[in-house]
Amino acid sequence: MREERIPILRGEGVTKVFGFGRHKTVAVDHVDFTFYAGELASIVGESGSGKTTLAKVLLGLINETEGTIYYHEQKRDISTHRKKQEYWRGIQAIFQDPFSSYNIFNKIDSVLLDCINMRGGRHLSREKKTELMAEACSFVNLKYEEMTNKYPFELSGGQQQRLMIARIFLLKPKILLADEPTSMIDACSRATILDYLMKLRDETGMTMIFITHDIGLAYYVSDSVYIMEKGKFVESGSADEVILNPKQPYTKRLISDVPKIYEEWDLSTV
Amino acid sequence: MGKVILEVKDLTTKYVTRFKEDVYAVDHVSLKVEEGKSLGIAGESGCGKSTLALSLMGYYFPPLHYMSGEIIIDGRNISTMKPDDIRKSILGTEIAYIPQAAMNALNPTQRVIRFIEDVIQAHYPEKTKKEIYELACYSFETVGLSREVLNKYPVELSGGMKQRTVIAVSTILFPKVLIADEPSSALDVTSQKMVIKMLRDLMEKGIIKSMIFITHELPLLYNVTDDIMVMYAGQIVERGTAREAVFDPLHPYSKGLMGSIIVPEEGLRSVKLTAIPGVPPNLKNPPAGCRFAERCKYVRTECRVLNVQLKELDGSGRAYRCVYSEEELRRAYKNA
Repeated sequence: MREERIPILRGEGVTKVFGFGRHKTVAVDHVDFTFYAGELASIVGESGSGKTTLAKVLLGLINETEGTIYYHEQKRDISTHRKKQEYWRGIQAIFQDPFSSYNIFNKIDSVLLDCINMRGGRHLSREKKTELMAEACSFVNLKYEEMTNKYPFELSGGQQQRLMIARIFLLKPKILLADEPTSMIDACSRATILDYLMKLRDETGMTMIFITHDIGLAYYVSDSVYIMEKGKFVESGSADEVILNPKQPYTKRLISDVPKIYEEWDLSTV
Repeated sequence: MGKVILEVKDLTTKYVTRFKEDVYAVDHVSLKVEEGKSLGIAGESGCGKSTLALSLMGYYFPPLHYMSGEIIIDGRNISTMKPDDIRKSILGTEIAYIPQAAMNALNPTQRVIRFIEDVIQAHYPEKTKKEIYELACYSFETVGLSREVLNKYPVELSGGMKQRTVIAVSTILFPKVLIADEPSSALDVTSQKMVIKMLRDLMEKGIIKSMIFITHELPLLYNVTDDIMVMYAGQIVERGTAREAVFDPLHPYSKGLMGSIIVPEEGLRSVKLTAIPGVPPNLKNPPAGCRFAERCKYVRTECRVLNVQLKELDGSGRAYRCVYSEEELRRAYKNA
């Protein structure tokens, strides 16, 4: 696996501090990371460990207090709105709660049309656009004929999350940041969502960053895993390395906290 | 065989929609929970798990309506009682409920102790504040919370603490049956484990006599409960002990659920997750015959016509709902 790996998103000493003085909270504390092109990386940690804050920093939704992020080996510049939009063409996200990810006033068509327009498809004919939308819907096994003229809130959680993936399919970003994409939906739809994400990666070769508290999920999908505790990365490496031979007590605890079926689940260590 | 605490016979409840359509969300469900035992209910979203939980409490208000069947708690039939009587004499003392969004169950403008006073005084108006405080302290100790929490507002607590507070409050009157509806789905794995341990402790200490645990996470259910019941489209499709339901499922749907399990154990990466294709049927007009037929790999023509009843397997409490016989199903899984 030691072939040429191109870093696509790299961070050095990224820090985010909320508040001042007495009320200071260091949410992300000098983390270094390198995400390579085509890689699937997971960031795992319990609630309050700073995973989502890091995600927001990566997306450029909030500014880092300290440190630098390199995008395509160049310092990321999102100082103006135009530059930010340009950056978002390369990085997109799927959020935890599909029910609040959509504008409730917009129909599904306009959600998907927005994506086509953003990719520079504004000049395309209506038929071509419809064709693209139908293709995106069929990619995630939704029927476009049933979707058109509906509002996102008329769909179930799993369907909404799938529509989110259809959006990503149209946008074809370089990086996809998935913040707990499966925590709000049931175990059965979870397998479906993961399936489509994997398919998407195989087809487009995009980099995916999974943010999750479920170490089982991280182990299943990812190539490399970063374990986050209180804003710091305490352990990182390939998935097999970290999860089958954890070194840090924190990682061991996270693994022992997940219910298992083939091994005894030890409840005494709470 | 222990004493039966909760027995449900052929319970059917329905929702009536705005357009006067009937949706049978719980369709002829029968179950039994013995003293000291716990029952798990599994199934995907929209299969009627939560509606079953609400129906079990006998506390119906529109759009949920009671249709037929009996709910017997400790020898007392509550299905025909008036909602007001149920609220006063059943909820909290006989049967308690932990909702899915326990985070939102607490009143943000009240300190926790005020909330507890309200709950207890609704049942025992003669109790003084001091007695209630003592009781609350005892209850909080069993769930591992300090008594400082009593004087806090809910916003000051973390998600896991709120969940534990809710459990402490709902078990404060020593209910016979505790219904936990996805108590840990909004929590991270660490808090989830804490909640599970607490529920187990409550059972061991005899504060609650039996438990019904609802979730879609099979590995969790396997570790928590003695028996598992799998629901699909308002009906029970499989019933058995936890081990049987997880490692030796009979119904194709339970078999399919097993394919979507994720556990961080060696060998997981080589397994391919298999999701069940399609979506559950619309219960406004459920399909004739087997409700799972549309998504089933092993579907036959008679599946779409025959209305299969739950088949009991020789007295062990094991049951499944499928036209195939046990041997046929096992053979089909072996060849797959």
